[in-house]
Amino acid sequence: MEKTSFRQRFKTYVSHLPHPGYFRAGLVITAIVLFVIIVGIFYMPYGPTELSPDRLQDPSLLHLMGTDKMGRDVFSRVMYGSRVTLLVAMGTMIIGAGCGILIGALTGFYGGALDEVVMRIMDALFAFPNVLLALVLVSLFGSGTFRVMWALGIAFIPSFARVVRSEYIRCKHMDYVKNARLQGVGNLRVIFVHILPNVKGVLLSNLLIGFNNAVLAEAGLSFLGIGSQPPYASLGQMIAEGQEVFFRVPSCVLGPGIVIVLMVLGFSLMGEGIRTASGTLEE
Amino acid sequence: MKARRVIPAVIATGLFVTVLSACGGKQNNATQDAAATDTLTIGMTQDLDSMDPAKAESAGTREVLFNVYDGLMKPDTDGNLNPAVASEYVISPDGKTYSFTLRKGVKFHDGTNVTAQDVKFSIERYKNSTTGGSLVSAFAAVEKVDIVDETHVDVVLQAPDTDFLAYFTIGITPASVEDLDANPVGCGPYKYVSRTPLENVTFEKFDDYWDEAGRAHIQNVVYKVTTNTDAIGMELAGGSLDMFYRTPEAQLSQLSEEEFTIYEGTMNLVQALYLNNAKAPFDDVRVRQALCYCIDKGQIKELVSGGKGEEVGSSMYPSFGKYFVPELNDTYKTDIEKAKALLAEAGLSGGFTFTIHVSSAHPQHIETAQVLKEQFAQIGVTANIQQIEWNTWLSDVYTGRNYEATVVGVDASALNAPSMLSRFQSDAGNNFVNFNSAAYDETYQKASASVDDAEKTALYKDCLTILSEEAASVYIQDLPSFVVLNKKFTGYEFYPLYAQNIALIRPAE
Repeated sequence: MEKTSFRQRFKTYVSHLPHPGYFRAGLVITAIVLFVIIVGIFYMPYGPTELSPDRLQDPSLLHLMGTDKMGRDVFSRVMYGSRVTLLVAMGTMIIGAGCGILIGALTGFYGGALDEVVMRIMDALFAFPNVLLALVLVSLFGSGTFRVMWALGIAFIPSFARVVRSEYIRCKHMDYVKNARLQGVGNLRVIFVHILPNVKGVLLSNLLIGFNNAVLAEAGLSFLGIGSQPPYASLGQMIAEGQEVFFRVPSCVLGPGIVIVLMVLGFSLMGEGIRTASGTLEE
Repeated sequence: MKARRVIPAVIATGLFVTVLSACGGKQNNATQDAAATDTLTIGMTQDLDSMDPAKAESAGTREVLFNVYDGLMKPDTDGNLNPAVASEYVISPDGKTYSFTLRKGVKFHDGTNVTAQDVKFSIERYKNSTTGGSLVSAFAAVEKVDIVDETHVDVVLQAPDTDFLAYFTIGITPASVEDLDANPVGCGPYKYVSRTPLENVTFEKFDDYWDEAGRAHIQNVVYKVTTNTDAIGMELAGGSLDMFYRTPEAQLSQLSEEEFTIYEGTMNLVQALYLNNAKAPFDDVRVRQALCYCIDKGQIKELVSGGKGEEVGSSMYPSFGKYFVPELNDTYKTDIEKAKALLAEAGLSGGFTFTIHVSSAHPQHIETAQVLKEQFAQIGVTANIQQIEWNTWLSDVYTGRNYEATVVGVDASALNAPSMLSRFQSDAGNNFVNFNSAAYDETYQKASASVDDAEKTALYKDCLTILSEEAASVYIQDLPSFVVLNKKFTGYEFYPLYAQNIALIRPAE
C-alpha cells in the first residue's frame, strides 16, 4: 500500500515538473552509474589492484575497458574508482551542506554581530576557488581520501551558508514565522522546523549542483595526485595515470572520463528539473 | 541563467575537448624545421639548482654541467678516468700525494689560459667555504695544494686514499671569476650563453676546446624545462624537443620510428625498497631476508618497464663493472615458503603492516611500490603506500630517517666505490637506512685504507656481499633509461654515471 502511494506521489511530482524530461533523463543516467557502483561492491571482474602480465590491452570481452600499463583491468578499477569518487562527493556534501545550513540558518535568523563576523569569515573563504582552498588544506594536513573529503567539505561551506542565510533573511519576517512566534514557539524550533522545510527547494537544487562541483573538484584534486594513495585510485587519478598511454589504449582515459561525465550529467539534469519546478527567486 | 546550471556538464565535456585538441596539434611543425640541425633542444624535468659545479646537488644538474666544466680528469663512456685539464698524473706510493702535470693550451671560455693558480684556486675553493666545512664534502680530505711550477700541481691529502682520483673530475674554474652561478666559466666543450630560470638554459659550442677530437658538432644547445612528463611524447612529436633522457617506457610506443632513435641503457642507480634497519620489525635480519625472498624482480621489471632494466643484488649497478658482483643477484631467489618460514622464525607468522613512503615525483618508484605491495601480500605482509612530495621526502626520509621503508634509486656522485658504499657505515652521516654492521665497517675501513688496487677491489666486493647477505635493503634493479633523439641527430652514448655528453651528438647525414 505505502509503496504504491509513494510511487504515485513520485509520479505526480515528476509529471508536475515543467520539464519532467530533464528529470527523468537525469534519473536514468544516475541510476545506471549507481547500478555499476553497487554491483562493484559485490562483484568485480578482476581485483582493482590485481596485476597481470597482460599490459596495455585494447578493450575486449575479457577486459571491457582494456588494461592499464601495469596489467590491471580498467573496468574493475573504474567500478572501484567511481565508488571512491561518489563517496568523497557525498561526504563533501554532508560536511559542506551540513555546516553550511547550520551557519546560514543561525546567522540569517539572528543577524547582528554574530552574523557580521561569521559571514565575513565565509566571504574570506569564498574568495578562494574551491580547489585552491582544498589544496591549501591538503598541503597543511596531508593527503588521503578522508582528508580530501574534509578539505573539500570545508571549501564548500561558504556557498551553502550564503544561500541558506539569504533564504532565512527573506523568510524570517513572513507571516507564518510571526504566527509561530505568537504561539510561543522557541527560536530553534522556528529555525529548523518551521523555516527549514520552506527553503528545501532552493537547498535541493543547490545540493545537486554542489554535488556535481564536488565530483569535479575531487576528480581535479586527484588528477593532481592528491587523494587516494596507490594502488587504489579514484577516477581523476586514473585519468592522470592513463594520460601517458592515451594514444595506445585510449580507454584508460576515456573509461573513467565517461563515468565522470555521466555522473555529473545525471545530477545536473535532475537538478535542472527540480530547480525549474520550485521556481525560486535565486538567480 | 539557464546556461549557468549546466556549467558542470560543460566543464566536464570541455575537459575532454581540451585533451583531444591537445592531441590534434601533433603533426604541425614536425617537418617544418627538419633541416635545422644547428640547434639541439633537450628537455629536462627539473630546473638546474645551480650553475656552480660546487653547489650543483642534483644528478640532473651535474649531467648538464658535465658539458660546461672539465676537470683535471674526465670519465669516458667505459667508466675510465682520463687526464683532461691535466695531461698526466702520478699518485705517490703512500696514496697521499696526487701530482698533476697540466696540459698545454687549455683555454677557459673567456679566452684565458688555464694556469696552475686556477687549479689551486678551484680545489681550495671546493675545500673551504665561507660558512665552515667544505663546499664539496669530499674535498675536506685535502690537506693542501702546492704549485710546484707553472705546469705542475701537487694535491696532498690528509690520509691515504687511492679512490680520490674520481673527485678530480670536478670542474676547474678561473681564479678571476667570483660568482660562477651567475657567470659560469669553465673549459668544457660548451660555453654558457643565457639562462631563464624555470624555462631554459642555452649553451653554444666552444671553438677553442682543448681536445680537438672531443669538440662539439652542434652550434647551439637549449635545455628546456619540461615539468609535465606525461606530455613528453607530444612535445617530441610536435618538434618542440629534439631529445629527452629517461623517457617513460609507456610513451615510447607513441613515437614514430621514422622520426626518432631510441637509445636504451640504464640509469646507473640502485633501485631498492630501502628499509629503516633501526625500526622494528626491520631491525630483525630475518624479516628483511623474508622480504627479499618474497619479491620477484622479473615481475617488477615486466610490469614497471616492460621487462627492461638490470637486476641488482646489492648496492652496486651493473655498468660499474669493476665492482659489480653478478652472483649477488642470486642471494635470494623467489621462494614464498622460505619467506614465510623466516617470518615465522622472527615471530611474525601472522604478517605485519608497514608503510612505504615514496616520492610523488618519481612514477617508476610509485609503480614499483605497487607491485611490491601485491607481492608482499602473498606472505601476509601488508604494505601501505604513502606518496610524499620530493622535498618532504628529502627532509623526512633521507635526512630525518623517520620512515619504515621507501622505494628510491641511489646513484653515484663520482666514479668510485665509496660513492656507493661509504653511506652504509654505521656512523655515516648519510646512512639513511641505519645499516649497522661491525663486519661491514671493518671491511670498508680496510678497503679504504688499502693502496693495492686488486686487494681494494676485492674488499669492496666483500662489502657488497655483506650488504646482500645481511639484507640491508631489498635490492631490486637498475632502472632502464630510454633516450629519445630526433633522427636529425645521431651519436648519443651512455656513461656509467650521471653524465650526458652532448659534444658526441652530431647531425645525421
